[in-house]
Amino acid sequence: MLIGNVGFGLDSTSGEVMEMLAYVIRNLLQRLVLLFVVSVMAHAVVHIAPGEPSEVDPSNPRLKPEDVTKIRAAFHLDDPLHLQYVYWMRDLLSGELKSFKDSQPVLPKIWDRFLNSLPLFVTATVIVWTLSFPAGIHAALRRGSVYDRSTTFLAYALISIPGFFFSYLVILSVVELFGVPVIGMRTFGMEDAAPLFRAMDRLWHLVIPSIMSALVGVAILSRYVRSQMLEVIGADYVRTARAKGLEEETVVYTHALRNALLPFVTMFGLLLPGLIGGSVIFEQIFAWPGIGRLGYDAILARDFPVILTINLIAAVLTLAGTFLSDILYAAVDPRIRLQ
Amino acid sequence: MAVTAGEANARQAPGEREMEQTTAPHGGTLAGEFWLRLKRDRLTLAALCVLALLVVAALAGKALTEWSTVFDPATVRLMDKFRPPLARPAEQLPVPDRPRFGIYLLGTDDLGRDVFARMLQGSFVSLSIGFVAVAISLLVGVTLGALAGYFGEIRFGFVTVDTLIMRFTDVMLCFPTFFLILTVVALLPPSIYNIMVVIGLTGWMGTARFVRAEFLSLREQDFVAAAEVLGLPRRRIIFVHMVPNAVAPVLVSATISVATAILTESALSFLGFGVQPPFATWGNILADGKAFIFDAPWLFFTPGLAILAVVLSFNLVGEGLREALNPKLRRV
Repeated sequence: MLIGNVGFGLDSTSGEVMEMLAYVIRNLLQRLVLLFVVSVMAHAVVHIAPGEPSEVDPSNPRLKPEDVTKIRAAFHLDDPLHLQYVYWMRDLLSGELKSFKDSQPVLPKIWDRFLNSLPLFVTATVIVWTLSFPAGIHAALRRGSVYDRSTTFLAYALISIPGFFFSYLVILSVVELFGVPVIGMRTFGMEDAAPLFRAMDRLWHLVIPSIMSALVGVAILSRYVRSQMLEVIGADYVRTARAKGLEEETVVYTHALRNALLPFVTMFGLLLPGLIGGSVIFEQIFAWPGIGRLGYDAILARDFPVILTINLIAAVLTLAGTFLSDILYAAVDPRIRLQ
Repeated sequence: MAVTAGEANARQAPGEREMEQTTAPHGGTLAGEFWLRLKRDRLTLAALCVLALLVVAALAGKALTEWSTVFDPATVRLMDKFRPPLARPAEQLPVPDRPRFGIYLLGTDDLGRDVFARMLQGSFVSLSIGFVAVAISLLVGVTLGALAGYFGEIRFGFVTVDTLIMRFTDVMLCFPTFFLILTVVALLPPSIYNIMVVIGLTGWMGTARFVRAEFLSLREQDFVAAAEVLGLPRRRIIFVHMVPNAVAPVLVSATISVATAILTESALSFLGFGVQPPFATWGNILADGKAFIFDAPWLFFTPGLAILAVVLSFNLVGEGLREALNPKLRRV
């Protein structure tokens, strides 16, 4: 979708604006079609796979066969698949979609959990982006040094350790040492405290979960920063800048870094789906009532509407993310033209 | 959180960890040069040794726990619960239940099963999950990528084969991978084969995109044109002439995918959807061990450190191979 085209500088004529607009519209339409296919596939996978909501509790003696029939009818489970899809979409779009499990409306339920996940996601992302860049740039500038080699090894170790194993180790060592809470979002019984204390309590609860869920990201992103930086630092224009007699700092931060940063602009867009995908394990470890745990509980309860809607939201976020990254890339790199 | 390891591997530019540009090795053949380059990288060599050990352990595990029960992973000894590593069995324990060498090498678990025997058995299962899952994703990825790259221009009605396959790839990329794996594994009846297949079928997209791009450029090259002029069958051109030229980087990233698959299995085990009891895997030994982290830390640390060592080795070997194959570092 992105075509490199040297020479189209900054002179944006009205023709280019029109082209841009056409690109955006065509792209959005394509993505809508993709979204439709994704939703059909997700629906089919969830419904065709064995395991019915009515079978969650087969040993319950109070659940008589006629109850099962009633439940199946109430959830439209006996209708053909395409009809069930239509019902799902109709209810989703009219906002009346209800959970199988507790008959609560699905969208507000997901929204609540989303608001819980958001601080965790934002803090972790901030940690990832603020730590990775200094670490990666430093490693690239001192390539082959002890620092470089040890961070390389550390990064691979962090990528390789099972997340929950590492989290448990940290919990074991940190809780007694610093008294940091590692369960839930807030201290039980703090509801009546002054707002300031409640806010501090929330922040304090955020520390360990956000660090733990950020670590793998730091490892991966800092390696990527390092390799981008190495690629740029050998380029001709960096040599020219040095040959001109510019200070090393100017060369590195003004000439090299700015060009090395280009691919990362696009990664802002690709962050979006991480809001849902990456959170299941860590929310489970730290008993964080976020969207990942909602999904996990929904899977356990065969709560199809919740599973499907979370999946759909994840797909929307992925598509929005790639769209955003395409646009951002074109915006920051004049060599790239949308087609 | 920002990017999961698997995704990043798919997106990462090749040649992430370069080696110092040394004087050109004079190996003669390409393979010789490759080997010379690899020999210099001690970290990769060490990791390769760990993997060789692992393969031996896995085969030994299969042979010694299932074909002939030299180490018995299934015997329950309730009087010998939670024995620490290197402990001797209780005096009253009936002779046939005693562990090999009269000692619990890695201790026993909450049912008095020998952890060493379970780890041995698990090494085969964990490794085969990794390899089978990656083999499936390679098969799907290479086939679809090759089809899209080679037959891309053929039309079905109003869409080309290329559009069809690549849009399907885009669709698959829209699913949140781990959540999808979790959903499908939870809904299907619990079975080790389902886990392999599901991990495999959700991980082929990067390979397909890469192979397609390679095929698009290979198709224009002279040796493919020559093969076509010679009238070789298409199947032969694709699989004998083109795939070997496209597949080296794919195999390298497959090494890293094996690591990711092993981690995914342990994460599934942690959530309770992993391989179910009759089979021991490192993932489910670790997940079961977390309940006894204070009473019997060896149940938690043995599988955890084993997974760390193995996954780390796979990652290091993958990166080392990627470097050794990197044409930018090759002798001109």
